[in-house]
Amino acid sequence: MKKLITLLLVLALAVAMVACGSATDGDSDGDALIKVGIINNDPNESGYRTANDRDMKETFTEENGYDASFFYSLRNEEQIAAAQTFVQEEVDYLLISAAGTAGWDTVLQDAQAAGIQVILFDRTIDADDSLYVASIVSDMALEGKTAVDWLAGQGLSEYNIIHLQGVMGSAAQIGRTGALDEMVAGNANWKLVTQQTAEWNAENAQQIVQSVIDSGESFNVIYAENDDMARGAVAALDNANISHGVGGDVIIMGFDCNKWALEELLAGNWNYDGQCNPFQAAYIDEIIKNLENGVAPAQKVVIMEEKGFDATTITQEDVDNYGI
Amino acid sequence: MPKTIKNKFVRGLSGLAHKQIFIPFVALMLLVIINLIADPSFFSITLGTNSAGYPVLSGNVVTILNNASELAILAIGMTLVTAASGGQDISVGATIAISGSVVLRVLCGTSTQVTTLQAPIIVAFLISCVVSMFFGAFNGVLVAKFKIQPMVATLILFTAGRSIAAWINNNRLPIVSDATFGYFGNFIPGCPIPTPVFIAAACMIVIALVLKFTNLGLYVQSVGINAQSSRLNGINPAFIKFLTYVILGLCVAVAAFIKVSRNATINYSVVAKDIEMDAILAVALGGNALSGGKFSISSSVIGAYVIQFLTTTLYSFRVQSDALSAYKAVVVIILVVLSAPIVREKLSEVWKKIAPKKAVKEAN
Amino acid sequence: MLKDVVLEMRGICKYFPGVRALENVDFTLREGEIHALMGENGAGKSTLIKVLTGVYPKDGGEISIKGMEGNAVIKSPQDAQRAGISTVYQEISLCPNLTVAENMYIGRTGAITSWRKMNSGARRLLENLGIPASPSQQLGSCSIAVQQMVAIARAVDMDCKVLILDEPTSSLDEQEVAKLFKLMLDLKNKGVGIVFVTHFLEQVYEVCDRITVLRDGKLVGEYVIEELPRVQLVSKMLGKELGDLETIEKKTVEKETYNETETVLKAEGLCSAAGIKPFDFHIDRGEVNGFTGLLGSGRSECVRAIFGADHVTGGTLTIDGKKARIAKPLDAMKRGIGYLPEDRKQDGIIGDLSVRENIILALQVMKGFFRPFSRAQAEAFADEYIKLLDIKTASADTPIKSLSGGNQQKVILARWLLTHPKYLILDEPTRGIDIGTKVEIQKLVLKLAGEGTSVTFISSELDEMLRTCSRLIVMRDRRVVGELKGEELTQDKIMTTIAGGDM
Repeated sequence: MKKLITLLLVLALAVAMVACGSATDGDSDGDALIKVGIINNDPNESGYRTANDRDMKETFTEENGYDASFFYSLRNEEQIAAAQTFVQEEVDYLLISAAGTAGWDTVLQDAQAAGIQVILFDRTIDADDSLYVASIVSDMALEGKTAVDWLAGQGLSEYNIIHLQGVMGSAAQIGRTGALDEMVAGNANWKLVTQQTAEWNAENAQQIVQSVIDSGESFNVIYAENDDMARGAVAALDNANISHGVGGDVIIMGFDCNKWALEELLAGNWNYDGQCNPFQAAYIDEIIKNLENGVAPAQKVVIMEEKGFDATTITQEDVDNYGI
Repeated sequence: MPKTIKNKFVRGLSGLAHKQIFIPFVALMLLVIINLIADPSFFSITLGTNSAGYPVLSGNVVTILNNASELAILAIGMTLVTAASGGQDISVGATIAISGSVVLRVLCGTSTQVTTLQAPIIVAFLISCVVSMFFGAFNGVLVAKFKIQPMVATLILFTAGRSIAAWINNNRLPIVSDATFGYFGNFIPGCPIPTPVFIAAACMIVIALVLKFTNLGLYVQSVGINAQSSRLNGINPAFIKFLTYVILGLCVAVAAFIKVSRNATINYSVVAKDIEMDAILAVALGGNALSGGKFSISSSVIGAYVIQFLTTTLYSFRVQSDALSAYKAVVVIILVVLSAPIVREKLSEVWKKIAPKKAVKEAN
Repeated sequence: MLKDVVLEMRGICKYFPGVRALENVDFTLREGEIHALMGENGAGKSTLIKVLTGVYPKDGGEISIKGMEGNAVIKSPQDAQRAGISTVYQEISLCPNLTVAENMYIGRTGAITSWRKMNSGARRLLENLGIPASPSQQLGSCSIAVQQMVAIARAVDMDCKVLILDEPTSSLDEQEVAKLFKLMLDLKNKGVGIVFVTHFLEQVYEVCDRITVLRDGKLVGEYVIEELPRVQLVSKMLGKELGDLETIEKKTVEKETYNETETVLKAEGLCSAAGIKPFDFHIDRGEVNGFTGLLGSGRSECVRAIFGADHVTGGTLTIDGKKARIAKPLDAMKRGIGYLPEDRKQDGIIGDLSVRENIILALQVMKGFFRPFSRAQAEAFADEYIKLLDIKTASADTPIKSLSGGNQQKVILARWLLTHPKYLILDEPTRGIDIGTKVEIQKLVLKLAGEGTSVTFISSELDEMLRTCSRLIVMRDRRVVGELKGEELTQDKIMTTIAGGDM
């Protein structure tokens, strides 16, 4: 009996793991279809990635004329191995969101030799730009600048900012922190009350804001580098009965444009949310269609258009279109 | 007269030095003193109202008591696991993600945002308990039955847990907008003390009662000290080890429930990140041998509050972001070295040498 | 030093606090001989080996080794290795997750220059010695015997003159033992001197040339195997001369008569995973019987099988006339059986727990998980037995590990007495404790029997067995070889039965 239970436990877990591990599809027929191999990071990594993957899947369908195979990994070497496989399978296009920047040269050269066009999305790599036809990326520094410019445009006499950083060293953190740091350094009326990493975590953010509240220092802006942290910060404000959002005492800023975050904007609880656009699929689709017609992309590096939403101007339509 | 009192005090202190609870207690006192010197207002508590108009207490002390709740609850289970199996469960952070996702899945169904709950909160909690205990049982079987090193056995869920959590909600992050759900992680209207404080206290009372009215403590310690001998006395060491993992599973479920309730949602990829290390640290700070055997849950729990105290202190000192973990590491190293039995013995020796001299001085 | 002598130890002394582990012991090993080192527990065999291999520094005496000028200085196992002395211990101390070849060369600086060379060297050696293993195989995948042989091969390759085998056969089956013996004989023919420590008499007479017997840290003598019949060997190990009956004071008067008709427990064809051959056994109400035999003869394994301490692989048990199934110790405890194990440290005490917790443990477990004794009740039990058995401890809260051996043993005894067993198994209850306590325990056993408790008593000391037991089951090489009672209970008879075979 005991052995049986043991076995069942192990089996059940094994099944659970297999169930969530299998995620590829894409056997197909038809010669007219364009064969693409898509290498992405694990969709479980974040809401951003989930949206990105969903977008890719919705775009590269048979109805749109594609035969797509997907591979997911957070590990660079696994991705490279998968790329090698795609090259051997002679796909027409190889779309890569690389986990790491190094080590891609060889496989991309093989791809070039096999006449496979490579398009990078979301992340860049350290390789000669002749090895790929286009790279579609976000500019995190620009996201930060857009947000800080918006904040400057609010025309406050004094900016006392609680700055909640992401995991130190990540591209998003560096980009979004850079713009704010620059502004604070250059303007006497801009002051950082505290600058702490909450590691993308809502609770840490709540604790950091709470500690500022407990210290009695005044502040009027919370600049959180993602939506989760902004949410945690707001929870602390609510407990202390400090008003926030449109017409409130504290300006709330977040990033990533989660759907629920945009709804907070719509409700006037927050003031600003910066987009980190996960929807590269449409750009890639356009580039491929052009290439098929013999038109090369106008520029190698395509910076995605990224919006910043203001609570006073956001519409339900924006929430539906841009929320991830 | 004062002399004898003094002597008694000295003796009492050196007696305390031998007790397990001494080190976490001293650590706590140290943090209190440092904060008192740096900024006495650190300890001020104010009664205000929250945005909903209900009275709430706020202040650093409240923050510490509130935010240490999950860690304190986990420390209970982690202490038992450590004592019985002589190893630690490093999957608790990941299983919190799983358990929390289960709560969300049950409450929200398949949609991401619902105003009406799909199931009563208690049902969601109970289901998450079952799931969490199941994963605890999985770890327990690997450790007790297959005799895999606890760290290695729990490494499986440590790596896979957050993916399982993501899968439970189809990679989405549902939010519970029902206000009552937030009571468990925040405040019950009208009660100025954060609810997690009560939940943590309840867990401590429950484990104290369990230890009093069952032989769990005796069995766990026997197995941890000498499994072979325990078996010859009729105890089933494998089952006791297994049981501790299931109990830890239950602790995880409670901690996860608080976490979900705090923000009405969790982000499975970052929620309770590295909490397993803090929980293990709490056990170590409590002076419990990480190789198993005798244990003191109250010491571990104090250890948990010490860790949160440290975090809050560092936040209030506005330590630079990239230096935060370095500061924490330094403090932790000091505390862990202090709690090492060798160092403790040396300290009490030194203390013994000083104490009589002091007493003599007083006498003169 | 004679020409063919490879190792000579003269007047070796070794003292531990309060104990003279070795006193003036001589040992001589010749080229190409297998030399058995025999003795019961505490005789000093392992101490002698540890002195020889540099684990312990010696407190007196000299060691000379062939090929080394003057007295050899051995201060560490590395020194011993350099002097050509290699040791293979009972528990294999190699790395199961490395390959056979890696294990043979690990930790030997300068021995390997490349993997290829290492593997080919290992292959050659394995072939030479006829060891059925491949160099690139993981050691853990080999049988214990082969692992044992690899350990020997490693030792041999280090150019050893002296090879010490410390109970290499205790975990091997017969065929594996045969293979090992073949290897030993091969090495012997190559001129290696082998020191063979074992508890198995048969094996000694099968392969050895000479025997050195130690007892209580002193040398009893060195004998050529043909000149020492088994029974003589047994008597020398036990320290009892044949026909020397004067020393024994048979206290038959103290033995209570018991009701022979009322059988408390009966075992038929019982055997366990610990490797004992199926045996029959029974005990009556109020009877004191015992298992005797040399160390390692299987006497402990028999009682462990009855108690369910080892995995029982066959046979039936009848308790109070009813068939009983004992799969684990708790089953036995619930049927009124108590077991004081042989290895107090490993199997008996829970070191860090208090004397009180150690005393109540067994009764508490029987009472149930959800019904703990109140603190007051536990204290009452502890105080009662601390007084009853005169246990010397600072308080009931003192951790048991800080008590002396004799007092630890009394605590374990108290633990089982507290359960009021109807059948109590005492495996070496008097080992390593002072004379006064020994006598107390013997008296206690007889008192219990008088009150109707059945007791099985195991001891290495024949006197003690004769004084307390009315029936003895004799074991040799994990087999029951005889049963003695009444008039047969004499030292001579016991020793001849233990020795068995050719007289």
